[in-house]
Amino acid sequence: MSMNTQGRPTAPAGAALGEQRKTFTGNRALDMEEPLLFELGHWNICGVDLDEPEEFSPRLGNHARQSEIALPAFTEPETMRHYVRLSRMNYAIDAGLYPLGSCTMKHNPRLNEKLARLAGFADLHPLQPVSTASGAYELIDMLAEWLMQLTGTTAVAMSPKAGAHGEQCGMMAIKQALLARGEQRSIVLVPESAHGTNPATAALIGYKVVAVPARDDGTVDPQAVADKLKEHEGEVAALMLTNPNTCGLFEPQVVEIANLIHEAGAYFYCDGANFNAIVGKARPGDLGIDAMHINLHKTFSTPHGGGGPGSGPVVLSQRLAPFAPLPFIRRTDEGLELVENTSQLVEGEQPFGRMTAFHGQMGMFVRALAYMLSHGSDGLQQASEDAVLNANYVRVGLQDLMSLPYGEKPCMHEVLFDDTFLKDTGVTTLDFAKAMIDEGYHPMTMYFPLVVHGAMLIEPTESESRASLDLFVATLRDLVISAKEGDTSRFEGAPFHAPRRRLDETAAARKPLLKWTAPTAG
Amino acid sequence: MSTYFTNDHEWIQVEGDTATVGITDYAQAQLGDVVFVELPETGKTLAKGDEAAVVESVKAASEVYAPLDGEIIEGNEVLVDEPAKVNEEPEAGAWFFKMKLANTAQLEELMSADDYKAFVDSL
Amino acid sequence: MRYLPLSDNDRAAMMARIGIDGIDELFADIPQDKRIKALESLPKRKTELEVERLLSRMAAKNSAAGDQPFFVGAGAYKHHVPATVDHLIQRSEFLTSYTPYQPEITQGTLQALFEFQTQVAELTGMDVANASMYDGSTGTAEAVLMAHRVTRKKKAVISGGLHPQYREVVEGISAQLPGASVVALPADPYGTEDILAQIDDDTSCVVVQSPSFYGQLIDLKPIAEKAHDHKALLIAVFTEVVSLGLIESPGVQGADIVVGEGQSIGNALNFGGPYVGLFATRQKYVRNMPGRVCGETVDAEGKRGFVLTLSTREQHIRRDKATSNICTNSGLCALAFSIHMTMLGGLGLNKLARINHHNAVKLADALGAVEGVEVLNKAFFNEFTIKVPADANDVIEALAVNGVLGGVPVSRLLPDQPDVAQLITVAATETNTQDDIDAYAAALKEVLA
Repeated sequence: MSMNTQGRPTAPAGAALGEQRKTFTGNRALDMEEPLLFELGHWNICGVDLDEPEEFSPRLGNHARQSEIALPAFTEPETMRHYVRLSRMNYAIDAGLYPLGSCTMKHNPRLNEKLARLAGFADLHPLQPVSTASGAYELIDMLAEWLMQLTGTTAVAMSPKAGAHGEQCGMMAIKQALLARGEQRSIVLVPESAHGTNPATAALIGYKVVAVPARDDGTVDPQAVADKLKEHEGEVAALMLTNPNTCGLFEPQVVEIANLIHEAGAYFYCDGANFNAIVGKARPGDLGIDAMHINLHKTFSTPHGGGGPGSGPVVLSQRLAPFAPLPFIRRTDEGLELVENTSQLVEGEQPFGRMTAFHGQMGMFVRALAYMLSHGSDGLQQASEDAVLNANYVRVGLQDLMSLPYGEKPCMHEVLFDDTFLKDTGVTTLDFAKAMIDEGYHPMTMYFPLVVHGAMLIEPTESESRASLDLFVATLRDLVISAKEGDTSRFEGAPFHAPRRRLDETAAARKPLLKWTAPTAG
Repeated sequence: MSTYFTNDHEWIQVEGDTATVGITDYAQAQLGDVVFVELPETGKTLAKGDEAAVVESVKAASEVYAPLDGEIIEGNEVLVDEPAKVNEEPEAGAWFFKMKLANTAQLEELMSADDYKAFVDSL
Repeated sequence: MRYLPLSDNDRAAMMARIGIDGIDELFADIPQDKRIKALESLPKRKTELEVERLLSRMAAKNSAAGDQPFFVGAGAYKHHVPATVDHLIQRSEFLTSYTPYQPEITQGTLQALFEFQTQVAELTGMDVANASMYDGSTGTAEAVLMAHRVTRKKKAVISGGLHPQYREVVEGISAQLPGASVVALPADPYGTEDILAQIDDDTSCVVVQSPSFYGQLIDLKPIAEKAHDHKALLIAVFTEVVSLGLIESPGVQGADIVVGEGQSIGNALNFGGPYVGLFATRQKYVRNMPGRVCGETVDAEGKRGFVLTLSTREQHIRRDKATSNICTNSGLCALAFSIHMTMLGGLGLNKLARINHHNAVKLADALGAVEGVEVLNKAFFNEFTIKVPADANDVIEALAVNGVLGGVPVSRLLPDQPDVAQLITVAATETNTQDDIDAYAAALKEVLA
C-alpha cells in the first residue's frame, strides 16, 4: 500500500487538557487585545483617497491654522480590524439577553436600518426648500399620528432629541401654559422612585423639586400627593410621574392622582420610559396625562447605539397643545404646512420656543415608523402583552429564591427584586451582577430605583423566546443557590471570563485621565 | 477646646469663636472611597444648615452643611488634591473648612461625642 | 409577527406557569374603564415588503441632495462618508449595545469613546472633551448653562453670527432660569459687529460662532481677552467641524468652552438628525462639564481599561443638582465621527478642508461674476453669503425648479428682518464638481435675468 505519512490525530484523545497558559500576545484565541488608535496609527498618512487640490490662493484672511493636528490615521483594512476587534469586547442585544430594566433592550429590526438609509431620507438636508422634501414632512406627520393614536392625545412635539430632552420640552410647555394663564408656580412634585432625569429636568428649568414618598407597595399614594398639593397650595406647577413606575408596577390610582393635580390647577407630566408595557392596552391620554415623552429608542426599537442617539417626541393633551415648540407641521385643507418660525403662527398657537436646530431625529423617525407599520396595531398590542408575560414568567421563576420587595403580585414589563435574599451571604448586588457576566448575560439594572435596597430591575422584553427565558431563570437560580451555599468565590472576583476584570472606578474618578497623551521620553 | 457632632455626621472642633468642621469616621465609611471634595469659598457667610461643601464617592455625592452660622475663613486645600485623606483620617487631617462663628450660643444645639455615639449605634 | 418569538403554545404554557387564565389578569392594575381592547383606528401588521414599499414611496417624493447640484449648508453639510464607516457602526456589538454601565463587557464602546474624546480635544485645541451631546445647538445651550455655573453669573452675550436656531435654543433655556438674561446682537452678515462693547462684569459668557452662520471667520483672541478681563468665559461655536482642518483652533485662540456640530464627519444629513454635538473645555472646568465622560483606569489584574467616570455630575446620581439632565447621548454618531476621523487623520482632515475651501473659492468667484450678485465675505471657509437683487426665497425656489439647490435664504431663519431678505448662505464641499459650480452660476444668471 502507499501510505500518507502526513496523517495527524484529529481528536484530543490523549492530549492532556492542562492549565490555561499565558500567551505571548495577551490574546486568547478569539479574545484579542487592541491598543489605542494613537499607539497603532500612522502619523503621516490619510486613509481616505482624496486628490490634492490644485494650487489656489486661499481666502482665509489671517485665520489659517498654525497649530498641528496631531491625530494619526489608519488605512481601510487597519480601520476595519481596529473597530472589529473593539466591537468584540462589547455585549449586545444581538448576542444575548440584555435585561437592563427601564431601558427596553429589544430586538432592533434591520429593515429599519435599511429604510433610514434610503437617499430620500438620509441624504436630505433639513433646510432644503420645503417643496423638495414633502415626503419627509409626510413621514413625520404619519409618525405623529401613530403616536397620538397610541397615547390618546391631540398633539405631539417631535423635535426633542432624547427622553430627557423630551421631559424638558414637556415641562417647558407646562411652564408656558401657566404663564399664559398669568401664573408663575415654583414647585414640581416628583415621587422618590422617579428616574433621575425627572428631578434633574425640573431643576434645570428653574423649578424646586419636592419629593413625594412612595407607599410600602412601591406605588404613589394619592393622599401623599394631596398633602403636598395642600402644603404648597397654588405653588405646584406639575407632578412628574413615571407610569408604569420604576418598580415595574402600574400606578393603580393614576386617574385619582391626575384629578387631584388638575383640581389644583397643575399639570400631569408622565415619564413614558416604560410605555412598552401598555401600548395597545391603555392610552395615557385617557388616564389624564397632559404630557408624556416617548423614548423611540426604547418602546419603538430604534437602536441604542452604545448610548444613543435617542429620540423623545412628547405627546400633549388639548390643554398643552397650543404651547408645543417650533417647528411643527400644521395640517391644512391644502395639505401639510411646515411652521418653523413665529411669523407663520396663526391665532391660538403659542409655542414656547425651540428645543433644537432643525426638525428632530429624522433618522430615528423612519426607524420607529417602520417598526410600527411592521407590527401594526395588533402586533404592537401583542408585543406589550409578550413583554409583560415574559417579565412575569421570570418573576414566577425566581420569586421563591430571590426577594420581591412588594410581594408576589404581577408586575408590568419589568420585575424588581431587592437584595434581601443575599443577606448574610457576603454577596452584594454588584457581585451578583458581575457573576452574571461570567454566565454570558448582561446584568440587570442595579441599585435603581433608589426606593429599595440593592435593587435589581429585570426587563427581559418581548424579544426573548421561552427557551431563552428558561435558561436565564435557571442560571439565576444556580447563582442564588451558590450565594446561599456560601460559594462566595464565584462572586467576589467576578467577572473572571470577560475581556476585563473589575475596573478601578475610584482611581478613574480621583485622577481623571480623559484622553490619550503622548508618552514623554524617558 | 471642645468637639461637637451633628446628626448629619459632621464634627465641629471649637476654639474660641473658630470652628473646624469635618465629617465623621462613620460618614466616610458609609460614603466609600472619596474621589472629590469641593470646598466653600473663603469669606462666604453661611447660615446653619446651608450647603457648604460637597464630598463625592464614585457613585454618590453628598453635601456638607454649615453646622452653625458663620463666615468661612479657610478651606482645606489638601483635600482637593488628595481626596483619599477623607477616608484615611476623617477626624484629623481631613477637616473640610474652618469658620468664624457668628453665634456661639448655637453650640448648645449640637451633640456631644457620647450623644453622637449613641445616635450612630441606633442607626 | 416576525419579531415575536413566543408562539401561542408558549403563551398558554407560560400563563399556566404564572397561574393566570388570561393575559388581562396581568394588566389588572389598569382601571377597568380605561382599558382598551384594540386600536381600531390604526392599520394591522404589514410584511417587510409592504413596509419597504410604503416608505420607499415616501422617500422618493423627496429630492435627495445627491440628485442635483447641491449647495445647502447653514448648520448641516453634505460630505462623502467612506462606506467603511457605515458598515462598522452597523456591527451588532456597537449598534445594539447600550450605555456602557458594565465596563467589563463594553470595553469596545468605552475605548472608542476615549479615542473620540482625544480626537475632539485635539481638533478643538482643548484639554478635555465629553463623550458627545445631542447636537451643536443643544450643546451650545449646555455650554451657556455650564458657564453660568462656573462664573456664578447669568448673562450671556450672543454674537449676531451665531446660527439663528442655535440662538433660539439658548434663549429658550435661558428664559427658564430665574435671573438669567441673554443679550443677542443683531444679525451680522458682514462680520463687523462690536461684541467687545457688550462684555461687562455681569457677563457670564460670550458666545461666538466661527465660521459664523454667514461664513465669516472671526478673530476670537481679542474676544477671549476681553471676556477674561471681566471673568467671563468665551464659548466658541462651530457648525462645520471640517473647518478645524484649516482654521486655527478655538483653543489656541483662548476659548474656554468649544462646542459644535460634528455631523460633517461620519454622519449623513438625515434631514437634521441624529447628529453629534462636540463639547470640549479646559481641565479646570472638567467637573462642571455636562454629559458622559470616559476615563482610563486599570482592572483588578492591572490591565488598562476604560470606564465612565465623574458620574457624580450626572442626573442619575445628583438628580436635581446634576450639571445637566442629559442621559442618552449620541453614541453611535460619535462612533461614526471617530471612525471617519480615524481614516482621515490630522493630515487627511487638513486635505479635506483644503478641497472644501478650494471649491468654495471657485464657487464664490463663479457666483460673484453673475450680474447683480454680491459676495459678502472677504474671508471664508466653505460657506459664504451672497446678496441677490431679488427676494432670496424666490431665487432659491426658482433655482430648485432649475435643478439646483442653491443654499438657504437667510430670511427662512430670520423672517422678521427685512435687511436680510436678499441674502443666501451658500456652501461648497468636496462633493461638488466643477460641473455643479458651472450649473449653479448658469442657473443663477438665468433666474435673475
